[in-house]
Amino acid sequence: MSFEVDVEVRRGDRQLRARFAASAGLTALFGPSGAGKTSILDMIAGLLAPDRGRIAVGEELLFDSARGINLRPEKRNCGYVFQDGRLFPHRRVRENLLFGWKLAPPERRWLEFDAAVSFLGIGHLLERMPYTLSGGEAQRVAIGRALLSGPRFLLMDEPLSSLDGTRRDEIMRVIERVRDELSVPILYVSHDRSEVQRLASTVIDVEY
Amino acid sequence: MKLAALLTPEEIAIVALSLKVSSVAIGVVLPVAFGLAWILARTRFAGKLLLDALIHLPLVLPPVVTGWLLLLAFGKSGPAGRLISELFGATLIFRWTGAAVAASVMALPLMVRAIRLSLENVDTRLEGVARTLGAGPWRTFFSVTLPLAMPGVLAAIVLGFARSIGEFGATITFVSNIPGETRTLPLAIYTSLQVPGGEGAVTRLALISVALSLVALAVSEWLVRRAGRRGGNHVL
Repeated sequence: MSFEVDVEVRRGDRQLRARFAASAGLTALFGPSGAGKTSILDMIAGLLAPDRGRIAVGEELLFDSARGINLRPEKRNCGYVFQDGRLFPHRRVRENLLFGWKLAPPERRWLEFDAAVSFLGIGHLLERMPYTLSGGEAQRVAIGRALLSGPRFLLMDEPLSSLDGTRRDEIMRVIERVRDELSVPILYVSHDRSEVQRLASTVIDVEY
Repeated sequence: MKLAALLTPEEIAIVALSLKVSSVAIGVVLPVAFGLAWILARTRFAGKLLLDALIHLPLVLPPVVTGWLLLLAFGKSGPAGRLISELFGATLIFRWTGAAVAASVMALPLMVRAIRLSLENVDTRLEGVARTLGAGPWRTFFSVTLPLAMPGVLAAIVLGFARSIGEFGATITFVSNIPGETRTLPLAIYTSLQVPGGEGAVTRLALISVALSLVALAVSEWLVRRAGRRGGNHVL
């Protein structure tokens, strides 16, 4: 599985251009805040349309302005883990986890609910509402929700940035296990060098 | 304590008519109000300010003027009146359905405001999350947007209901004051005031109005609290 990204988009008064290829493992997009790293993930997820360019993941073309291809986000089969967890505030943890799982056709699910829950150690949180969770707990649930939707690859947007020291380490270990044990390709955005050095198999510099 | 012992059969009929007019009005206008609130909250287009002003017109116009405008539109020679007469062979003038139209129009601005406010408070990024998890636009709407906007929708229903129960000026101008057809609570209170010895009826009907309003307020408070527990936002 590989990512091939070559896109251009205008954000406000800035022209953002991204061109890279990445293969299996964890690929880090590393660069300062405001460089447009989140925009790159949004374009791959289909939440932001590039002005022009091409995005391919594995064999599949997600976006190609030349050929008029722009797959809708729900057809792209990606698991997106956001900076702030971004859990559905009106649904319990269990319902958050099952949101994507229920929508995925059975043959696309590669992780079962119970397996995900024990993998992430969130069994005791299932009946809780998101606002009662700590940052670390919320981020584990968010990772579980993304994995359960049966994604072919994961996008992670600074998933550690809202966490303190111990929690960071805990979530970093979870991400390492997702990378090694579940072998899902991960595109990981960060501005923290130590984080990237520890987690990434490939580093791509994003410049301002 | 039975209601029948406190009110005369005519008064019970008046309360029932008021409830019927208001319920139908809110039921019909709610989807319209939601659609308009959506347009105002989520889209940008050239005539948006004009649409906004048009929706708010019944809030700032004297109700009698709104009633007169409705009369022009829905009267025998009015454009809406002719259309309805062609389609259904009926007229809204002097009918309870006309009273419901008046109530809808008067309730619309309040309802649009409440729903728009709650829609603007919905984090659109959560809709993006739902999309990446495999939900199409409609499923995203029904499983994320609508539940999160629900406190505003409930507030709109209560505000609209209270507004239509109390509607007077537009109703009496548009559909007159016909017993059993368009004489709702406020019109009945007004009529009783004109009649010597009607004070008893006025008191009873006024008390019913107060009670209805308080019940509506209590229901809304309960609904908002319930929504609040589920993580929604307060609107009222």
